[in-house]
Amino acid sequence: MEPTDPINPVNGAAHIVLDNVSMSFNGRRVFDSLSCEFPRGKISVVLGGSGVGKSTVLRLIGGLVRPCSGRILVDGDNVCELPDRKLYSVRDKLGMMFQGGALLDSLNVFDNLAFPLRESSKLDEEEIREEVHRRLRSVGLSDVDELLPGELSGGMVKRVALARAIMRSPEILMIDEPFSGLDPVSTKMIEALLLRLNRELGITMVVVSHHVRSTLRMADWIVLMLPDGAVAGTPGDLLNSQDPCVTRFLNEDPDEALAALENPDAATEYSR
Amino acid sequence: MIHAVAYIGARTLKFISELGHITVFGFRLCVAAVTPPLRGGLLLDEIYKLGVLSLMIICISGLTVGMVLGLQGYNTLVRFGAEESLGAVVALSLIREFGPVMTALLLTGRAGSATTAEIGTMVATEQLDGLRMMSVDPIDYVVKPKALMMLLVTPLLSALFIVFGIFGGYLIGVAMMGGDSGTFIASMENSVDFVNDVAGSFLKAGLFGVLIGLVATYRGYSCEPTSAGVSAATTSTVVTTSVSILIFDYFITALWGV
Ligand SMILES: Nc1ncnc2c1ncn2[C@@H]1O[C@H](COP(=O)(O)OP(=O)(O)OP(=O)(O)O)[C@@H](O)[C@H]1O
Ligand SMILES: [Mg+2]
Repeated sequence: MEPTDPINPVNGAAHIVLDNVSMSFNGRRVFDSLSCEFPRGKISVVLGGSGVGKSTVLRLIGGLVRPCSGRILVDGDNVCELPDRKLYSVRDKLGMMFQGGALLDSLNVFDNLAFPLRESSKLDEEEIREEVHRRLRSVGLSDVDELLPGELSGGMVKRVALARAIMRSPEILMIDEPFSGLDPVSTKMIEALLLRLNRELGITMVVVSHHVRSTLRMADWIVLMLPDGAVAGTPGDLLNSQDPCVTRFLNEDPDEALAALENPDAATEYSR
Repeated sequence: MIHAVAYIGARTLKFISELGHITVFGFRLCVAAVTPPLRGGLLLDEIYKLGVLSLMIICISGLTVGMVLGLQGYNTLVRFGAEESLGAVVALSLIREFGPVMTALLLTGRAGSATTAEIGTMVATEQLDGLRMMSVDPIDYVVKPKALMMLLVTPLLSALFIVFGIFGGYLIGVAMMGGDSGTFIASMENSVDFVNDVAGSFLKAGLFGVLIGLVATYRGYSCEPTSAGVSAATTSTVVTTSVSILIFDYFITALWGV
């Protein structure tokens, strides 16, 4: 395993570890020997340009694709070597929101959200109904029960998908671009929801995002994926980094970035 | 020359590996089929999509094929003065051959392609991965109901095709050509054997159902996650299944005499 970085305070207990992972599709390289860790109970944000393989990292962690080489430890289990049956028991701890939503398009919103509970919990219909509506309210949606995924707007799909990902109260929540295509109010609301889930339930989160400002507000840990490897650190570390690639990515507007970092409570206030 | 050999070699390897994959897939499907839950609601949905929606095309085709058989059979039999065996000719060709084969071919185009396209679209939009992340095996939730119901509806639709076909033959032989209704029915009754012909016909249709269900779901399940991939998989389902049905038909007939 990669030696833990001594200057890194949050890395004490890594919940997910990628160790020298190489990935390619049909011979086309996506990344080589990528190593990074995601601390337990913290919000980690994966930043990176389009196409560097952020979504691929999430899919690797979920065991949906297998790497060409390297190890991926999720809560101590190496998902690259587990047989299918065992993978499902690791996935019981995972919740994932896909970039495109991945809602079942033959089911309406209510059934989509009820689906994970019907499949893997013993709740009765009344409890399921309550739970679904509670989750829908928490992402700011109501009166959408009967709509089919095809009838939702892009932002609504994102929020329904997020609600579905948290339906089974996972230990680890992976979220692919929750903020793209959302208006500022919804963005703040989702941000507050994620913060609340993390602070109250201690869920480990891996968030893929392009939204630098909200990233700096909510992240405890940032993994910046660059074409030649990953740079990880706390938001403070990265903002003070001398690496030109890092600064160029983060400091589109340095003042704003710093302001966001100095006032991390801004988002938390929204959740009240 | 070298290129041609390399090409043939590559195609052969691809074919064999494909055969391996589909076998594994079929095995996992069998395991899923005997593992609860049964998912009755989904099964009913599939009966509707695969079976009920195919009723029209099966009835119309059955009737037409029966009428053509009646016409051709009558014209041929008249030359030998054997037109009283028209019932036997129509019934036997429909039960032993046209019923199962035509139904399977029609179902491939109507329901097999739809199945592949549906599963393929789910692959392309990551719905199957979404299921996996919720610890639900897509083979159990998506593939199983479709494949099982294909196995169920093919023999039933084939039987329907045969009934309509015989009715079509009767219309031509009796109502149009003025043959004797009693003779038509009697010749049919005397020549059709339940075990050899009817049960064999069901068996054949069932095998074709398995074939369509397996190929259609496998093609969708393993398709490239793009719209071009989905359309290629759909085409491939129709081509592969139709050709395999005809080849299987020959061997089933040759080996088991049905
Ligand atoms: N199923 C696949 N088959 C082939 N190539 C793929 C596949 N999935 C991803 N890739 C390739 O892997 C690379 C990384 O893709 P990925 O979706 O992980 O990017 P990303 O960082 O999430 O980008 P974005 O920010 O645009 O979502 C891309 O170059 C893409 O072409
Ligand atoms: Mg992505």
